[in-house]
Amino acid sequence: MEAEIKTIKVTIDNITIDVAPGTSILQAARMIGGDVTPPAMCYYSKLEGSGGKCRTCLVEVAAGSTADPRPMPKLVASCRTGVMDGMIVKNMTSEKVPDARAGVVEFLLLNHPLDCPICDQAGECHLQDLGYDHGKEGTRYQFARRTFKKEDIGPYIQLHMTRCILCYRCTYVADQITQKRVHGVVDRGDHAAISTYISKAIDNDFSGNMIDVCPVGALTDKTFRFKNRVWFTKPMDAHRNCQTPGCCGKATLWLRGDEVFRVTARKDEWGEVQSFDGKPGWICNTCRFETKQTSSWTIEGLTTISRHSVIGANKYKTLEMPKETVKQVMHGQEPKLLMDIHSVSGVNNPDIHLSEINGPAHSSDFKK
Amino acid sequence: MGKKLLLEKVHIEGIRHYDVYRREGGYRSVEKALKMQPNDIVEEVKKSGLRGRGGAGFPTGMKWSFLAKPDGVPRYLVCNADESEPGTFKDRYLMEFIPHILIEGMIVASFALGSNTSYIYIRGEYDWVTDILENAIAEAKQNGWLGKNIQGSGYDLEMYVQRGAGAYICGEETALLESLEGKRGNPRIKPPFPAVKGLWGCPTVVNNVETLAAVVPIINEGGEAYAQIGVGKSTGTKLISACGNINKPGIYEIDMTISVEEFIYSDEYCGGIPNGKKLKACIPGGSSVPILPANLLLTTAKGEKRLMNYESLSDGGFATGSMMGSGGFIVLDEDQCIVKHTYTLARFYRHESCGQCSPCREGTGWMEKILLSIESGKGKMSDIDLLWDIQRKIEGNTICPLGDAAAWPVAAAIRHFRDEFEWHVNNPEKCLTENFGLRHYADPVYVAGS
Repeated sequence: MEAEIKTIKVTIDNITIDVAPGTSILQAARMIGGDVTPPAMCYYSKLEGSGGKCRTCLVEVAAGSTADPRPMPKLVASCRTGVMDGMIVKNMTSEKVPDARAGVVEFLLLNHPLDCPICDQAGECHLQDLGYDHGKEGTRYQFARRTFKKEDIGPYIQLHMTRCILCYRCTYVADQITQKRVHGVVDRGDHAAISTYISKAIDNDFSGNMIDVCPVGALTDKTFRFKNRVWFTKPMDAHRNCQTPGCCGKATLWLRGDEVFRVTARKDEWGEVQSFDGKPGWICNTCRFETKQTSSWTIEGLTTISRHSVIGANKYKTLEMPKETVKQVMHGQEPKLLMDIHSVSGVNNPDIHLSEINGPAHSSDFKK
Repeated sequence: MGKKLLLEKVHIEGIRHYDVYRREGGYRSVEKALKMQPNDIVEEVKKSGLRGRGGAGFPTGMKWSFLAKPDGVPRYLVCNADESEPGTFKDRYLMEFIPHILIEGMIVASFALGSNTSYIYIRGEYDWVTDILENAIAEAKQNGWLGKNIQGSGYDLEMYVQRGAGAYICGEETALLESLEGKRGNPRIKPPFPAVKGLWGCPTVVNNVETLAAVVPIINEGGEAYAQIGVGKSTGTKLISACGNINKPGIYEIDMTISVEEFIYSDEYCGGIPNGKKLKACIPGGSSVPILPANLLLTTAKGEKRLMNYESLSDGGFATGSMMGSGGFIVLDEDQCIVKHTYTLARFYRHESCGQCSPCREGTGWMEKILLSIESGKGKMSDIDLLWDIQRKIEGNTICPLGDAAAWPVAAAIRHFRDEFEWHVNNPEKCLTENFGLRHYADPVYVAGS
C-alpha cells in the first residue's frame, strides 16, 4: 500500500498552493513562480546550510498557521522559514516588505564598486537584477567605498573582494563538493572578506563551481576574463564523456562564431545549477577551463535562457518568459505599466537577432 | 537596605576559596537538589519567577522546560560568561570574588536539566577570571562536587571553562555555541532554537552567570520565598553595574523595589552626580538599550516614579521608556555630548558586527560614519533623518539581536535629543569646542528618604 503523501496548504500573495511538509516559504513561492517569488542572493537550494544571510528574501507572515493564526512579529527570511499548514505569507502584497527589501538592496550596494561596465558578471549578475527590480535610483552614501587588498587565489579564478556580498555560497561549495576547503571568511563586520588563510591557491578539481554559484562578479573565470560580454556570446547546451568522478559532463558553452569563450554549468530559472537524475550538475575544472574546442563537445542545441535578466532579457531567441502572476495576485486587476523599456528603446531591440549572427557581432550588424 | 542574596558574603575574607565558601554555607543547594526530582527543581525555578539576567529577561523556568529530551542524546548546559556589553561588568565581579556560587548554581541547574557536561564560555579579556574559575572547579572536584557519582547520588557532571577570543557577538547564544564548537562565531539562523538543536546539535540551555548564581538562593530558600522579594514579575534581586558620572561607581545588588531616583542619588547606591553637576541622561540597562533623558528616566510618561525593575523601566515602550537589559547603568551628566556618546556606541557595534547579514554589516558602518561627520561639524540636517531611516531598516531585519542593539541607541538618541543633533549641524564650529549642555531636561532634586 502506498503511503499517503500529506501536503499542507500555504497562501502566498493570495495564491494558495499545496506543498510537502518541510518546504520553505521560498521554495513554495518558487513553485508558484513569477513575481510572487522573493529574490534570493545567498540561498542556494543545492547547497546545504545556505541562506538567511542576505535578507533580500524577507517576507511578512500574516498568519503563522491554522492552529496558531497569529502574525509573526518580524519579517522572516523566507529561505530558512518552513511553511505551516494554513500559513498566509505576503511578499509583493505586503506593505512592509518592499521598504525593507529596498533597504537591504541599498545596504548590499552601499560598498559595491558598481563597476558593471568592466565586470564580467554584468548581464547575468543577480545583484544587477536585484538593483533594477527592488532598488532606488540613487545612493545616499557619501563616504569612500570599502576596498580590499587584491589576492591571487590561483590560475583559474579571479577574486574581486570589493564586489562580494558575503553570501557564503562559495564556502559551502568548497565544503560540500570539493575535497578540502582552503578558503573562508576572515575578519568580521564590514571588513569580513573571502580569503584563503595564509595566501594560498585554491586548487582542486571542482573549484570552478564557485564561479557558478557566485551571485555577483566577486569570483569570475580567468580564462574568460575581459574576453567578451556575456550577452554577445551564444549559449549552447553540450555534453562530453568526462572521466572526472563527480562531473556530470553536461555544460553550457558560450560561443562566438565557432569559438568557445566560456564553459559553465547549466543553470535553471533561479540561476542555480540544474539537477540531472536528482543530483546537482556540477562540472569539473577540466570541462570548464581546459576543454574549449567545439570538437571535444557534442552540441545539443541552443540553451533556453529562462532566468529573468535585465540585460539579457531580449537577447536570446529561445527566451522562456517568466510566468506572470501579477493578475492573480491583484485579484484579476491588470497592473498599469508606465513604460516598457524594451519597446521604447531601440538599443534594446536590434532588428537582427544575435543568435543568428555567425561569428562576432559588430556595431554594423545592428544597423542592418 | 535591600536584601542581598548573591553578594551577601562577598566581603568575607577568602570566600573565593572552597573552604571558606563551604564554611559559610556553600553547596547546601546541591545537597538539597540531589535529593529532589529534576523536574521539581525546574518547577521551583518557575515558581521563583526568575528572569534571565543577560538582557532579554526571559523567564528561566520556562526556558528550562522548553529543553527537548530525546532518548540517547546528551543535553548541555552552557553558562554565558561572555559579558561584553559596554557598561556591564556584574558577572565579572561575581566570578572574580565568589566563583563558587556560579559553580554551585551550575551543578544544580545541570542536575535539573540532565546535563552531564557543562561549559562556562568566558570572554577572552577575562583571562585572570578564567584562572579563578578553573581553580574553583578544581577545588569543587577535589571535594566531590564534580566528577563521577557526586556526593554518592549517582549523578556525574564535568565542567569546563572555555575562553572566547574577545568578540561581543559571541555573547549571542547561538554565536557562542558556534564559537564553543571551535567555529567562527557567527549567529545561527533560528529556528531551530538551542533548546532543540544547540551545542553539537544537541538540546542545550544557555544561561547568564547571574541567572545561574540566582538558582542557589532559589533552591536554598524555595521558589516562593524568592518570589516574595521584588515586585510584580520582577522577582528576586538584580545586580546593577553602575558607571559614568556618579560618585560611587560599582556593583550593587538591588531588590527591584527602589526608585531610579533613589538609586542614583542615595548614598547607599550611586551617591549622586559628582561636582554638583546635573543629570542629563542615562542608559539603564547596558549600551544597547534606549537612552533616556533625565525627566523620562526619573518619572514615567504617566507621571509615576520610575522603579529599578523590568516593568517600570520598560514602561511606555521605546517611545518614552527603555529596558532593564543586563543592568549596565550608565549615567551621563550635563557635560556629556549625546552625539559623541552615540558615535562611540555606533563605533563599537560597527567593530563588533560579525558581518554575516547585510543590514548589520553595512548599516552599522554607515551609521558610524554619519555620526562621526555630525560630531565633527560636517553633518547636514538631512543626515539626521537618514540616520533614523538606516536604523529603522536594520532593526528587526537581521539574523540576531546585534542589529537591534546597534539600532536602538541611535533611535533613542534622535528620539529624545534631536535638538542636540540639530545644534551640531547648525553650529559646526562651536560644537567642536563646546557642549550643548542641558536645555530642557530638568533635574529633580532627590530628598533622602522621600
